[in-house]
Amino acid sequence: MVFTLALRNLLHDRVRLAVTLIGILFSIVLVAVQLGLYLGSSRMITANIARSNADLIVTTFGAKSFEDGGLLLGDRERHQALATPGVESVVPLVVAFAEWRKPEGGSSRVVLIGSDADDQGLLPWGLIQGTVEDIKAPDAIAVDSTYLSELGINGVGDTAQAGGGRVKIRALTEGIRSFTQSPYAYTTLNRARQLLGADDDKSTFLLVKLAPGANITAVQKDLAHRLDSADVLTKDEFESRSLKQWLFRTGAGLALIGGAILGSLVGTVIVAQTLYSSTKDHIHEFATLRALGSSRGYIYKVILAQAGLSAIMGYVLGMAIALLILYFSRNSSLPLVMTPGLAFWLFALTLFMCAISALSAIVKVTKIDPATVFAR
Amino acid sequence: MTTTPVMQAENIVKELGAGAGLVVAVKGVSLELVPGELTLLMGPSGSGKTTLLSILGCIMKPTSGSIRIADTKIDGLSAEELAKVRREHLGFIFQSYNLFPTLNAIENVRIALDVRGVKGFAATSRSEEVLREVGLGHRLTNYPRNLSGGEQQRVAVARAIASSPSIVLADEPTAALDSENGHAVMALLSRIAKEQHRSVLAVTHDPRTLGYADRVVRIEDGRIVGEERRPEGIDSPEITDLTKRRKLHA
Ligand SMILES: Nc1ncnc2c1ncn2[C@@H]1O[C@H](COP(=O)(O)OP(=O)(O)OP(=O)(O)O)[C@@H](O)[C@H]1O
Ligand SMILES: [Mg+2]
Repeated sequence: MVFTLALRNLLHDRVRLAVTLIGILFSIVLVAVQLGLYLGSSRMITANIARSNADLIVTTFGAKSFEDGGLLLGDRERHQALATPGVESVVPLVVAFAEWRKPEGGSSRVVLIGSDADDQGLLPWGLIQGTVEDIKAPDAIAVDSTYLSELGINGVGDTAQAGGGRVKIRALTEGIRSFTQSPYAYTTLNRARQLLGADDDKSTFLLVKLAPGANITAVQKDLAHRLDSADVLTKDEFESRSLKQWLFRTGAGLALIGGAILGSLVGTVIVAQTLYSSTKDHIHEFATLRALGSSRGYIYKVILAQAGLSAIMGYVLGMAIALLILYFSRNSSLPLVMTPGLAFWLFALTLFMCAISALSAIVKVTKIDPATVFAR
Repeated sequence: MTTTPVMQAENIVKELGAGAGLVVAVKGVSLELVPGELTLLMGPSGSGKTTLLSILGCIMKPTSGSIRIADTKIDGLSAEELAKVRREHLGFIFQSYNLFPTLNAIENVRIALDVRGVKGFAATSRSEEVLREVGLGHRLTNYPRNLSGGEQQRVAVARAIASSPSIVLADEPTAALDSENGHAVMALLSRIAKEQHRSVLAVTHDPRTLGYADRVVRIEDGRIVGEERRPEGIDSPEITDLTKRRKLHA
């Protein structure tokens, strides 16, 4: 009966229900978009690190992000790393910004990634045209289809100038977005060095694979000790370093999280308002319930059920709209991301919001004097 | 027939308001209710009837005096404990019915069982049963707005008796009803007292209700000023017309 009464109370005033649901919906959509952007950004920032085939990553000392490594590691470091006990393989990886000259004139920037297919270090994924083999060809390069027009090209077969040389599009990927808005361009290790004008032993990162049974922490320590001008990070460490750089040093992440907090506050206030006014309207019924002998807890349950039902309805609607926005953002350069985890937390947040909102209504019914039932 | 009282109120005093607006609404009332009787509490407007009923119903606490219900003293109980006493012993009927407008007849009865922890099929079938008892078997799923005043009050009666309370308290149960419906509701209350052996106390202004009473208690200015009882052995209320013996209060 608690739920029946709660539901009927809600449906009794459709306008108020609509306001409540719009309040929750607004909140959910706002929070979902903000957090979806946050997640989307995080994924973009960490995608290449996550895809790297490595247990440990050696970077130049103090490299703040994947794009910030420079080209300072050489054969000396590679051999030192290889000589470290527990290390099975060390694969060099080149990552650097390079100027991109469009065939029709004009220029922009790309992040050039050089890695050899045979090394299995870091290869483009989500290929929709061409293969990893195709990228081995001289001058070959792979870019993401999202950025074709930005790069001034039409597709496979087109040529452009990257850094100090000519490149030819041999493969296209889908879904490799760049948070810096400079597209990633994948080529071979040596071609990347050439284009960037670097010595042929230089690299930005060394991707270290451990021998079976090796202790990762011990090897990390040992490597750090031997390579005093480099940082040795696990993938997780490097990912969080990159996130810190792009999301927090730039303030972008704070803006997104701030937006999410604001969204939930606004939602809470709206729901609190409508729930309070609904309780006020039904106060005589609550007094009757009390006169009939209901405990206070019973009445709280009715109010919490009203809050909970609003939360569920608002969440479903809000999620539907958020997923719609997500769908339309899928081909944009900053797609939203929704995960089951985020969906769960959004639901928890909605319930929490509505529970907080119920407080003022609960305070109101606590003060009910059942004697008012006779005063009518 | 001697019966032990289900409720004993002793020397109830109730002050309302404060300061210059202080009113002593009930000024030392003692009253006993026994099972199987319909008692009417009659008196002029402002004489303290509703106040006394609220106190007997454990809805309002008296300023002084003591109340026993089923041999338990309820003085000094907390609001939650009083609610428990109401759940266990009392049923209420109000002048303006106080039905839940968003619940249908059966649900309006069920909710009174629900607050007492009676749920599911047991609650539904009991609700149907009492609605049939009050003659509303054909109106089970009607909402209050689709019921006449008399029908609404009968739903309220069903709600009051659903949990089989030993005491049913009614404040002006016929005031909002026309004569026919008023009679029907009073007949129902009388039947509840007799057949179900409950104690029913109804506050009323309405002389039409007198014929149904086993006992009439008169209150004026917060004090009981008289009491009449139907002679024993006569059990048809239509035959015993207390209005014919109104010499006490002309
Ligand atoms: N909350 C209150 N504060 C102050 N005085 C009150 C309050 N409630 C009732 N009174 C006064 O107490 C007295 C008794 O009121 P009560 O409602 O019990 O009378 P009643 O017999 O039920 O009258 P009626 O037949 O009009 O319903 C009246 O004088 C009334 O004005
Ligand atoms: Mg009154």
